[in-house]
Amino acid sequence: MRKLHQIATACAISAIMLSGTVLAQATAPKEETGKDIAFNRAKGNCLACHGMPTVPDAESTGMYGPPLIAMSARYPDKAKLRAQIWDATVANPSTTMIPFGKHGVLTEAEIDKVTDFVYGL
Amino acid sequence: MKQKNILKLLAGMTGLGIALGAATVYASPEQDRQELIKYYTSKNPNVKIEDYVYGALAFDADSKAQYDAIMEFPPYEATIEAGRKMWETPFKNGKTYADCLPNGGKQIAGNYPMFDDAKGKVVTLHDAINDCRTANGEAAYKVDDMKTMGVLTSYMRTLSDGMLVNIKVEGPKATAAYQDGKTTFFGRRGQLNFACASCHVQNAGVRLRSELISPAIGHTVHWPVFRGGDNLTTLQQRYSGCFRMVRGVPAAQGSATMNNLEYFHSSLSNGLPMKASVFRK
Ligand code: HEC
Ligand code: HEC
Repeated sequence: MRKLHQIATACAISAIMLSGTVLAQATAPKEETGKDIAFNRAKGNCLACHGMPTVPDAESTGMYGPPLIAMSARYPDKAKLRAQIWDATVANPSTTMIPFGKHGVLTEAEIDKVTDFVYGL
Repeated sequence: MKQKNILKLLAGMTGLGIALGAATVYASPEQDRQELIKYYTSKNPNVKIEDYVYGALAFDADSKAQYDAIMEFPPYEATIEAGRKMWETPFKNGKTYADCLPNGGKQIAGNYPMFDDAKGKVVTLHDAINDCRTANGEAAYKVDDMKTMGVLTSYMRTLSDGMLVNIKVEGPKATAAYQDGKTTFFGRRGQLNFACASCHVQNAGVRLRSELISPAIGHTVHWPVFRGGDNLTTLQQRYSGCFRMVRGVPAAQGSATMNNLEYFHSSLSNGLPMKASVFRK
């Protein structure tokens, strides 16, 4: 009985804490991170085509492109990574990757953020 | 080399909506089809071309099993029944569709779209139905109206079940229409810069998010489809949806662009059996 009560209290507390964070987010909209942009279906939607094996919440990812992993090792030059995201058709004319910068799908600032995020994978 | 032609077409897909133009290799429709078959089978040696009529389901046994179960008792029978009534109801002049379509409208869907030399353009099955209506003093249906043309063809096309697709491309004008459709299929468009081929050739059998992508061969044999069991969708309606997916502006349904695309696209399924209407996710 006592245990149940404890659990119930704990649940109530975490519920409050959760709603607390939700409230905090609602009142002070935080700036979109590179990850947010990469995950957002209306923006980067990178997960439509790429797995991100080191990111636990990267779920139901597509397989058009290779998994994004160990990127800083594979792209020692960050500018090259950014260029791939800006217009993948330069490196591979028959690519299916969207030319995010060239076609204005993402803004330059958004591409910078996404590059930083992907560089850390 | 044949295999190279497709790669050339895929590589030619640079830039926004660029037409393939002079660089396009003028292969015959049968060569195009054979080349695509080779391309698909080299990437997916375990999937039989005959199974491509199932679209993406050909690549996923679980979804195929689910499809088979749904097809035992299709949830859209009532719509097809309504289509049958439309088909059988005589026009005001007492004539019926069966009176004015070739072969009473049976086992003919696989011949469409066809190039009509007299009209100098591609005629879809929808056009033939409308010609039949207007010749009998009835107003044409809107080709993108699911409630009339869609429902009618959901039954009418079942009369061609089992017919092998038999699209003919003969003569310079028909060839030009075919090439126009091919250019649309391989041309990139939309803000997202996709060609139909980016998904349905390059990535057939591959997942886009959690969505398995179907191959272009077998695409045209089973329309209309009932998405989610009740959402009747014609082939050109589906084209519009795919155009929009890449943030492109679709050509109007029934336009020469769409009809030529359907002409090219259908010829890729030559020799495969028709089956209407089917369930899709
Ligand atoms: C519609 C498919 C698609 C989407 C969406 C997509 N990519 Fe790609 N991506 C590809 C493909 C295919 C490749 C393989 C190389 C090529 O063909 O360009 C690729 C390659 C890459 C590479 C190079 C990987 C390597 O191993 O060298 C990076 C980095 C990359 N993508 C990042 C991104 C980011 C970041 C996003 C989202 C903002 C994104 N991609 C969205 C299809 C896509
Ligand atoms: C960005 C990817 C993408 C592009 C580009 C694309 N499609 Fe699709 N298409 C899909 C997806 C996803 C589906 C649903 C899954 C499936 O059946 O392949 C689909 C389904 C279809 C189907 C229905 C298949 C069936 O059996 O139910 C047809 C037909 C089709 N597409 C034709 C086209 C044509 C023609 C074009 C070019 C105008 C095109 N698609 C462009 C992604 C795409």
